[in-house]
Amino acid sequence: MSVIEAQVLTGSHFMNGDTACAEGAMAAGCLFFGGYPITPSTEIAERLARRLPEAGGAYVQMEDELGSITAVIGASSAGARAMTATSGPGFSLMMEAIGLAAMTETPCVIVNVQRGGPSTGLPTLVAQADVMQARWGTHGDIQAIALAPASCQEMFDLTLRAFNLADRFRHPVIILADEAIGHLTERVVIPAASEIPRVRRRLYTAPANGAFEPFRAAEDTLVPPMPLPGLGYRTHVTSLTHDERGYPATDAATHDRLVRRLSAKIANFRHEIIEIEESGLEDAEVAVIAYGSTSRTARRAIALARAEGIRAGIFRPLTLWPFPEDEVRALGERVRSIVVAELNLGQVRGEVERVTNIPVYGANHAGGAIMRPELILESIKEAAHGQPARGRFSPVGRAAAV
Amino acid sequence: MARYEVRLAGFGGQGIIMAGYIVGKAAALYDGKDAVFSQSYGPEARGGACAAEVIIDDDKVDYPVLSRPDILVLMSQEAAIRYSADKAEDAVVLIDEDLVTAGAGERVHMAPTSRLAEEMGRRLVGNIAMLGFLTGVTDVVSRAAIEEAIRTTVPPKTIDLNLRAFTAGHDYAMRTLR
Repeated sequence: MSVIEAQVLTGSHFMNGDTACAEGAMAAGCLFFGGYPITPSTEIAERLARRLPEAGGAYVQMEDELGSITAVIGASSAGARAMTATSGPGFSLMMEAIGLAAMTETPCVIVNVQRGGPSTGLPTLVAQADVMQARWGTHGDIQAIALAPASCQEMFDLTLRAFNLADRFRHPVIILADEAIGHLTERVVIPAASEIPRVRRRLYTAPANGAFEPFRAAEDTLVPPMPLPGLGYRTHVTSLTHDERGYPATDAATHDRLVRRLSAKIANFRHEIIEIEESGLEDAEVAVIAYGSTSRTARRAIALARAEGIRAGIFRPLTLWPFPEDEVRALGERVRSIVVAELNLGQVRGEVERVTNIPVYGANHAGGAIMRPELILESIKEAAHGQPARGRFSPVGRAAAV
Repeated sequence: MARYEVRLAGFGGQGIIMAGYIVGKAAALYDGKDAVFSQSYGPEARGGACAAEVIIDDDKVDYPVLSRPDILVLMSQEAAIRYSADKAEDAVVLIDEDLVTAGAGERVHMAPTSRLAEEMGRRLVGNIAMLGFLTGVTDVVSRAAIEEAIRTTVPPKTIDLNLRAFTAGHDYAMRTLR
């Protein structure tokens, strides 16, 4: 058995979501985890602390989350697939270095098993309020890639996918999981090692002498092939604005060129990233947009609505960033109104309102428990009956009953 | 059988969480059903009340939260008080009769599961004896599936002990119910 095969836990398992995430990393060939355990993501660190050394990899418990993410960036610079896992407070601390990974185009995976915030908030309880932080938390103009798993199987599948996307785009990829899925246990089917798709980063292979431009983008992808250390290249990597040689060039023209390319390499290829699951939308008048654990509540609510004669269906983004603008815009032309259900006060609802012209309703709760079907059902009814949509921050109302 | 909601409750250290995991695993991997398992406990896990929740469905389990347990397994008085209120009216209730005082009822089934385990020399496997009782009283999971889940979950050296505890609980159900 090869090292890679030994890393893959092929078979059917009854597995916790966090554990499935760790196994997704193992299947992807991850060899480094740097982290600072925090509820509700701790089981990921726990699992990898045991599994990575078995596979010849390394688990390092760092002094804090700043150290964690920078260690991950270092491991990836050395050529390893690397990840960390955290929750709200730790995710906040990682923001600056996520920008470092984006600026230096260093692939890595950051798992955020969301809990209630702000601050330490609800350490053991679910929320989905870090959606905008994943998008805009680090300073500067960057694109984000963020995936939202809704089952233990997807904790495995999307973690594996996150590593492939990180290498494909040379970009930090965020798993926006939530406590309800991280702490759920379900069947997880792990395929044979030979069936695990692995898209490795494109490597710089030109001779080290002559014009060495490690940050010159490939024309087809806008992503520069990455030089591995130890092969004779003298690569200069800086978080400052840099030219194609990798040296600081802090002038307006270079900066505009670099930042535009960093965005375009993702935005122009977003259809490789965006994944949507739809059901019951063929005849629907109301579409419910929901992701993560809330999408499971939404399915129940839609069944209840249909039993009352309201034609509703679900639109579930597995990719939150880049935001599926084209898909949501097209959805707005197929249905009469949209309900966005999420365990926050309307973060994705704002995006939906930005790209559609039809009425958009919220089904919101700030977190602390998985959303109840009745909350979404009520919003579906309001949408179906054309009642005016409430403001995003209305302080009382339906949420108070939860 | 459509959707079945099962809650097992007791105190931390009794193996309640392990028992719930085994029920879910049996259904999801060996009975061809879909199942989700989750747990709830306070900060005082060891000794405090805790509960394991399993939802079993022929179809995919969408909403993964119990709303009205169809089967309630109670192994401590505190848990019985804390975790019984929302049960379905026609719920089947299984109790460890030495640990829980409950009003008798047509759907209340009592067994001395911890004592059965104690008689085997290991009180620790009272949770598994309770699973034996559960498969004797209900058909929520098959006996073969639970036995397979036990074999693939408990530490290898304790498989025989656990399977004997399971059989003791199952036999008790057969003796007393028929």
